Amino acid sequence: MNEIKENPAEELSEDMKVLDDVTSSEYKWGFVTDIESETAAKGLNEDVVRMISKKKKEPEWMTEWRLKAFRYWLKMEEPKWPNVEYPKIDFQNISYYSAPKQKPQLNSLDEVDPELLKTFEKLGIPLEEQKILSGVAVDAVFDSVSVATTFRETLKEKGVIFCSVSEAVKDYPELIKKYLGSVVPYTDNFYAALNAAVFSDGSFVFIPKGVRCPMELSTYFRINSQETGQFERTLIVAEEGAYVSYLEGCTAPIRDTNQLHAAVVELVVLDNAEIKYSTVQNWYPGDKEGKGGIYNFVTKRGACRGKNSKISWTQVETGSAITWKYPSCILQGENSVGEFYSVAVTNNMQQADTGTKMIHIGKNTRSTIVSKGISAGKSNNSYRGLVRIGKNAEGARNYTQCDSMLMSDRCGAHTFPYIEVENNTAKVEHEATTSKVGEDQIFYLNQRGITSEDAVNMIVNGFCKEVFNNLPMEFAVEAQKLLAISLEGSVG
Amino acid sequence: MNSKEFYIESFKTYESKLNGDSKSFLHQLRKDALKQFRETNFPTLRNEEWKYTDISSIVKLNFTPAINSTPERFTKEQINKFLFKDFDCHLLVFVNGIYSEELSLINNLQNGVVVGSLKKLAKENPSVIDSYIGKLSKIDNAFNALNTAYAVDGLVIVVPDGKILEKPIQVLYLNSSSDETMLASPRNLIVVGKNSQASVIANYRGISEKAYLNNSVTEIFIDEDAIINLYKIQNESDEAYHIEKVQATQKKNSVLNHYNITFGGAIVRNDINSVLDGENIETHYYGLYMINGKQHVDNHTFVDHAKPNCMSNELYKGILDDNARGVFNGKIIVRQDAQKTNAYQQNKTILLSKTATIDTKPQLEIFADDVKCSHGATVGHLDDVSEFYIRSRGVPQELAKSMLIRAFANDVIETIKIEPLKEQINHMIFEHLHKVEVGNE
Repeated sequence: MNEIKENPAEELSEDMKVLDDVTSSEYKWGFVTDIESETAAKGLNEDVVRMISKKKKEPEWMTEWRLKAFRYWLKMEEPKWPNVEYPKIDFQNISYYSAPKQKPQLNSLDEVDPELLKTFEKLGIPLEEQKILSGVAVDAVFDSVSVATTFRETLKEKGVIFCSVSEAVKDYPELIKKYLGSVVPYTDNFYAALNAAVFSDGSFVFIPKGVRCPMELSTYFRINSQETGQFERTLIVAEEGAYVSYLEGCTAPIRDTNQLHAAVVELVVLDNAEIKYSTVQNWYPGDKEGKGGIYNFVTKRGACRGKNSKISWTQVETGSAITWKYPSCILQGENSVGEFYSVAVTNNMQQADTGTKMIHIGKNTRSTIVSKGISAGKSNNSYRGLVRIGKNAEGARNYTQCDSMLMSDRCGAHTFPYIEVENNTAKVEHEATTSKVGEDQIFYLNQRGITSEDAVNMIVNGFCKEVFNNLPMEFAVEAQKLLAISLEGSVG
Repeated sequence: MNSKEFYIESFKTYESKLNGDSKSFLHQLRKDALKQFRETNFPTLRNEEWKYTDISSIVKLNFTPAINSTPERFTKEQINKFLFKDFDCHLLVFVNGIYSEELSLINNLQNGVVVGSLKKLAKENPSVIDSYIGKLSKIDNAFNALNTAYAVDGLVIVVPDGKILEKPIQVLYLNSSSDETMLASPRNLIVVGKNSQASVIANYRGISEKAYLNNSVTEIFIDEDAIINLYKIQNESDEAYHIEKVQATQKKNSVLNHYNITFGGAIVRNDINSVLDGENIETHYYGLYMINGKQHVDNHTFVDHAKPNCMSNELYKGILDDNARGVFNGKIIVRQDAQKTNAYQQNKTILLSKTATIDTKPQLEIFADDVKCSHGATVGHLDDVSEFYIRSRGVPQELAKSMLIRAFANDVIETIKIEPLKEQINHMIFEHLHKVEVGNE
């Protein structure tokens, strides 16, 4: 036993150097697009809420709803329980509305501002190519206003509604009234209330009875104007027997001041319907010292209202200075299914407190949670999850697996699973492990002529495979690239 | 008068009874604790550490501190049925937390070994304990503040370097209150020196019709290469409220085996914390809780890996019936220095009835990269397939069930090192199970 070295990491110093080089690679996608934008003055009060509502030409009931939320928000306190640290946010020092100068409605890509198109090209997702190659309809949200919507015609034929929430408020007020805020009411939490009061825009998807959405729907969010909190609101409704796969991907340019992002996503699934929601998040994580970076405080929740309904969340979180979100499923309908697959990567000074909630209410409901956390640098990565089996959830079943991987001796990996069971016919399993990339594993791959860097990459990708397998093709490729960039070569 | 005021008020009565004792270091500690007690409130459900345990029924009652009431007398014959038998041991008996010399039996202690009562030692030989007591368990809630304020008596074991106690020490904590709701505040101290060994059986029993609160704090100092086995068996009445905080610190190469077996009590709350402050330490936590009726058992464990090359292993199993409610919160922290740590934790619970509930939260916080840590939690009911298999061999249903439950509990029980104790605990499980089965019909 006396041969054990004081610091086992020393041996690996050379490998570590490689890793350090890679881990310290600069954020690839930081740039600012120069487009004239219309930004509201900083601060938040009833007038600002009214102004936002007016700018968006919203009807009276919508304005009222926002005001109710705002008044409620005033009474609330910022939550303090997550395992993250950040300076107090001054909510009066944020501008709550920013839109590229109003342009007339566009019908084709040609009409889109070429500057904007360039931005997307830099991101590696040229709209034209995507349109042709992948058959993905992209509702590009640049800052807060939708500027281009493709494939709308094809979708229309099937009766699928895919538009911005502000359009939906005008065109489909009945649906919005029925579903908006029905899963995440404005009373839910501090940031949900704030979002309800000031949300700028977002996507609305409605899949009518029995329709299988012919293509994967995708929205690219992008935070552009400096110090503009982006408050997106997404609502997806799948009627009886419908199916849709929705992709959400994000990048943001380098900034020094922290940007607040407090989005709300609501999913409603009726009998025999299914929603698959995938996210790749790669917002600016701040520099090596933790300066700048996005605060990503999101409320995502889906309600399986109908029998045999299904919600599947898949997320790859590599960006943001602070990520704080718990995509959740409320399993009300009999035999409904909730799934959560997550890879969360933190590096440098990043902090992530993420996980899921599975609320089992109906009979024979099932849920699966697979969470992979990777921490490097001086980052902290927490899994926080709740599995609740209600009194009437006969035969409910949950399987949870959360694995953490540590890449440096100064980072942290934490798990906070809450399991609450009130029904004895339920079966709940929870497993968590923590490990590092083994020297023997690297050695094995080295031996086969693979460089240490590639070896680590390979091992990490293997570690995350279960989650990547659940991503749609294009996303899986992008996710792997992201992972390589965020971590390449980090070693334990 | 609410209970907080009541305890502060009662402190005066009790101070007046202390006579010359009031100038001792212990009393200074008590006074400081009372000051802190004044400033703290009893935890509520809003407190994360008490999220699942509602103690309002404890706070509602004013428990008379045992020291302020007339001590109850028992004969040796009366207490005999509560003891674990068939093995040679030293016996200490505490009635409502106060040492009873005539019921206890300590003989042939090796030179330098101290086994006895806190009250007596504080008076006669304070130098043995003053450098330990209160040094480990910092006051962090109203209950341990209350314990320290009323720390009149308790168990003291001091084993000097290189001594091995052949005989285990059995400590019977008997709680009895015939006419008053009673507060017992045993304050225990266990110190084992370098290369020493000891086994302690803490046996909690209650024979009272009235509600009582047993609020104890146990501090354990484990020096280099020492081994300590601590068996806590708690089998109290349905009127009992039981709260204990165990705080241990371990030096290099030491071993701690902590057993926590719970059968009874209206509300039972255990906080078991240990700091692994040296290399090559082993810590084992074993727990078994078997409850029914409206019982509530809450186990909070905390293993703090502060140094490299240590190992901790935790296995907690629960069997809940009727409206019983179980809570498990297991926390493991691996500090930045604690490379090469192995930490395992498991919580398994069986729910025997539709109305039993469990809230479990296994928690890992890891700051070092070269570690192997895992935890697992499962909740379920008895496996129908296994039951069917046994029944298909001609075993009646109730017996099949009982076999499965005892097999489930056996993972914990089989690790007990004192053979007769193991047998008697097995017997208690059987008794308990039998009651459960009768209740079901």
